[in-house]
Amino acid sequence: MTTARREQLLSYAVLGAFAIVAIYPILSIVLLAFHRRSDLVTGFDIPDRLSFDTFKQAWELGGFGRGLLNSFIVAASVSVATAVLSTLAGYAFGAMRFRGSEPLFYLLLIGLIFPYEATVIPLYYVFKDAGLTDSYWALILPQIGLSIPFGTFWMRAFFRSTPISLVEASRLDGASSLATLLRVLLPQAKPALTTLVVLVFMWTWNEFLLALVMIQSDDLRTAPLGLALFAGANRTQDPTLTAAAAVLVALPVVIVYVFLQRSFIRGMFAGGVKE
Amino acid sequence: MAAPPSTGTGAPSPSARAAGGDAERPVPRVRVRAPGEPRKVAYLYLAPAFLFYLLFAFGPLVYTAWLSLFDWDGLTVGTWTGLDNYRKVLSDPDIRASFVHSFELIFFYAILPVLLGLFLASVIAHGRARGVTFFRAVLFLPQTVATVVVAIAWVWIYAPDGPLNEGLRAIGLGGLTRSWLGDFAWALPALGMVGTWVTFGLCLVLFLAGIQKIPHTLYEAARVDGASHFREFFAVTLPGLRGELAVALTLTVITALRTFDLIYVSTNGGPGTSTTVPSVLVYQNAFSNGRVGLAAAVAVVLTALIFVVAFGITRLVDRDPAR
Repeated sequence: MTTARREQLLSYAVLGAFAIVAIYPILSIVLLAFHRRSDLVTGFDIPDRLSFDTFKQAWELGGFGRGLLNSFIVAASVSVATAVLSTLAGYAFGAMRFRGSEPLFYLLLIGLIFPYEATVIPLYYVFKDAGLTDSYWALILPQIGLSIPFGTFWMRAFFRSTPISLVEASRLDGASSLATLLRVLLPQAKPALTTLVVLVFMWTWNEFLLALVMIQSDDLRTAPLGLALFAGANRTQDPTLTAAAAVLVALPVVIVYVFLQRSFIRGMFAGGVKE
Repeated sequence: MAAPPSTGTGAPSPSARAAGGDAERPVPRVRVRAPGEPRKVAYLYLAPAFLFYLLFAFGPLVYTAWLSLFDWDGLTVGTWTGLDNYRKVLSDPDIRASFVHSFELIFFYAILPVLLGLFLASVIAHGRARGVTFFRAVLFLPQTVATVVVAIAWVWIYAPDGPLNEGLRAIGLGGLTRSWLGDFAWALPALGMVGTWVTFGLCLVLFLAGIQKIPHTLYEAARVDGASHFREFFAVTLPGLRGELAVALTLTVITALRTFDLIYVSTNGGPGTSTTVPSVLVYQNAFSNGRVGLAAAVAVVLTALIFVVAFGITRLVDRDPAR
């Protein structure tokens, strides 16, 4: 029994040590953000007072209210649209038989792997010709396209896991395919859909390159883009302001993560890392 | 977006199967059930998703390949140059160096976290610790934070007066301090360690979940046979984790090859070109230097590389070593 006990303690020690490694960099900028510029912060200082001055200042200087709103508009549109389109496509792949279903599915799977860095060049020039750079469309439309492979893959797995007898019974009752989807299958899809929406929302919220390429106007900057520009302008003068801004940008997703971490992790295993 | 779809947490099948590696291999596919009767209405359900995918993702990819065959500054009319841009990708020392940097990052983003994750997961698996949910959530946190934020946090940690140098001074190693991201030799490994930090938790959590699916009787049998921890790892744990290994490697290698945000925000490829990676070159050439065709060629080569790696890993891990 003592060996088992020792092994258990060792496990906790290992897990604990790496949990600290995982959390320290994040904690360090939170601590830094609570300092004032005049504090001459070094590595491990704990702030001596709890003041939100730096956050207020960063918020006003960097216009993060606008940035967070833009990010929310884009991320919400992309995740809802992706959920709807992927549910329809996943239903077809998961619960119906039709010619060409395998080649079509593989065509879609390519989208899970290829780097979207490789799509940004033509996207920029095509959107520019259409006069659509510097608009929400330039951020929303491409990211729906890029999220659909994961979404469809995910929803297909869900529809494959539901008992076929449900679908058959519904058909025998004379229900159309759409009625079967809406009344029989969707009510059970809530966990799968939550995971999908939460992940796509997070990926879209954190996206940087597309915004960097597409957006010039201050009013349309997403939060990460605003943060990168703000950091470039302020880092050398005042690291505490940059840290406060970084915390503001990361906070919304981290809060959602704290409440829905099971959904996050389940989905990440299934499919993706998007930066 | 990237990734080899695994089968989620439930099904035990080799997770990397669906990544597409089997596209051209006729695998005897066991259909648990036929997914319904043949139905034409399926195309109607697929149409909207495919419209968006083809217009805004797959289409642009093909368009990039087309652009790579031109010499184009983004403004005037381009000139057809055939494969000239690809010749330049292969011969230009800076571009070649950027791919070498990517391979160095693979060590930090993929190899190191996977080895570390495997080792620690096997240590922890013996201990059967409770409260794994909490640790899992914490270890996963780096995955959820925007890379721009990650870059800012680490720029601070690596700063001349930042926590890393302060810590070194505090333990009497002041001689080792340096401006980590401003150092030609250290900047790339320093950024690599950020990658290790981001992907490590994912690997560990993935392997822990995998180990729990290995039948306990296998471990008991190994112990009855008097196998050492070492033998047990190679005979039971490692084979049992092949699926998870494929997922972890594919995810992390792709992340390494695609790295852009971190480098753009922290060093922008510098000092000099010591941390320049292909995606940074794509951005600089396409949007600052007016060499769109060349940028497209770099992007195409990067994409090809990612496909080769993803399919290669799937093949490698799917092969049954027992045969």
